[in-house]
Amino acid sequence: MANQRRLINTLIFVLLLAGSVIMLGPLVWTVSTSLKTQQHVFDVPPQWIPEPLTWLNYKDVWSKAPLLYGFMNSAIVVVCVLTVGLFVAAMAAYAFSKFEFPFKEWIFMALLGTMMIPYSVVMIPQYIGFSELGWVDTLAPLIVPGLFGNIVTIFFFRQFMQGSIPNDLIDAAKIDGCGYFRTFTTVALPIAKPAIAAQAALGFMGIWNDFMGPLIYLHTPERQTIQVLIASMQSNYISTSNYPSLMAASIVALVPVVIVFFMAQRYFIESMAISGIKG
Amino acid sequence: MKKTITGYRRKEIIWSLIFVTPPVLGFLIFGLAPLLTSFGLSFMTWDMLTPSKIVGFDNFHYMFNDEKFYKSLYNTFFLLLGIPLGMVISMILAIMMNRKLAGISIFRTIYYIPVISPIIAVSLLWQWMLNYDYGLVNEFIWKVFGTQGPNWLGDPNWVKPSFIIMGLWGGVGGTMVLYLAGLQGISSSYYEAAEVDGATRWHQFRHITLPLLSPIHFYVVVMGIIGTFQSFSQMYILAADGGPEYSGATIVYYIFQEAFKYFNMGYASSVAWVLGILIFIITLVQFRLSKRWVYQD
Repeated sequence: MANQRRLINTLIFVLLLAGSVIMLGPLVWTVSTSLKTQQHVFDVPPQWIPEPLTWLNYKDVWSKAPLLYGFMNSAIVVVCVLTVGLFVAAMAAYAFSKFEFPFKEWIFMALLGTMMIPYSVVMIPQYIGFSELGWVDTLAPLIVPGLFGNIVTIFFFRQFMQGSIPNDLIDAAKIDGCGYFRTFTTVALPIAKPAIAAQAALGFMGIWNDFMGPLIYLHTPERQTIQVLIASMQSNYISTSNYPSLMAASIVALVPVVIVFFMAQRYFIESMAISGIKG
Repeated sequence: MKKTITGYRRKEIIWSLIFVTPPVLGFLIFGLAPLLTSFGLSFMTWDMLTPSKIVGFDNFHYMFNDEKFYKSLYNTFFLLLGIPLGMVISMILAIMMNRKLAGISIFRTIYYIPVISPIIAVSLLWQWMLNYDYGLVNEFIWKVFGTQGPNWLGDPNWVKPSFIIMGLWGGVGGTMVLYLAGLQGISSSYYEAAEVDGATRWHQFRHITLPLLSPIHFYVVVMGIIGTFQSFSQMYILAADGGPEYSGATIVYYIFQEAFKYFNMGYASSVAWVLGILIFIITLVQFRLSKRWVYQD
């Protein structure tokens, strides 16, 4: 029995290892390609360790495309939307979970209903509206809608707050003379920290990796987000078959997300699991 | 109890409304208003330069006679095949990971990295992996099977399978985490009872694990369909202008082209509405059907 168990465990380990090779292989291959010279990229059989090894492709994409601007623009959108958007969402979630007010359920259901609307339905009128305002080719169309709080986030926060903020604590704060807003900032927000961190991690990923919105609105290279710049790499900055530079560009787009992921891994995976089951 | 302090109640209501105002405003400005505008637009033609014109059902008439529309619809439905494939693979992975084994958390992280990777980077990466002459995939096929692999992104028959493969690589890790959480929520007493009754491993899986995971199957199917129906970025990168014979264009890609390449704002809106209604109906049907097969405790 114990032997059989060990055998199964070994088998599973080997299978998972093989799967890991499939998962990581393409990424390793990308890194490897990005360090090759254009002459050696089509070598047959393929070489996993570049010979000669060069960093020139990274320099190349960095100097040819305004990637620094791309990073800045993406960062601006992320910071604005996350700071204001998460705060606003937490506020609304607090009201939905702890207060009684008229039409509460109706308002909540209406907000949830927006989840059903595909982006492609609203994107055209939104584009028309923003172009009337003269906001096309600025970051505003990507930031402003995010400032009003995202319903998925509100839903997630509400679930969390219902379960983990004791009503007694809110009452105690009230008795101590704490106003509604202060109770929210000093009692609710600190307790909701893990939920906020989880949503911040997910939100970062979503905004940083967003493509369609930025693609529609941003035209001047210096105003584009990193994803749009990388996507236009082939057509605008380097030749199509210049795979080393292309792979260097994808690594550049990939690295920040992977770093944030490793820093906040726990929040990522847990919140994915939680929102999956409860949503 | 609530009626005793009316002044206090009023204050609570006022503060609640202040707290929920931003998302409600957001809903009105960026949700409801565009939704209604879009509905109106779908009965008009407008290129954002010349004045708009009301054309009744002409847009829909044109749509149902446009070959590209049907192709993009077909392509989108074809990509749904990735959902059951992904579910099977993720479930197997989750079951394998759901045991006390050294290094499990490292495996979990590895399988999850493609999930968080930007779709643009992933698309470029696969463009290179699936290169006909020098791609690693065809190199592998040549080595193992001794035959030339398909022209993945250049052959109309292989473009969609390419997208599915890419989607599986980038998606199974996320679904696996969901299944893993589901598995960990199943009480071991069920299995113990089944073992006492002499149930085989397969029976345990078939009659305990599978049904108890049904809320997760449901979630994955619903979200998978909604997600697939909105896929766009990988097509934009890998299937320029819809790919060979328009074999890589999805509905959203078609809408995008009509709206932001040709500036047919009215027509694009009508296609978007058809897509929206399609998603709505499919989701509704799934919720109806779910009562028959999704296990609720």
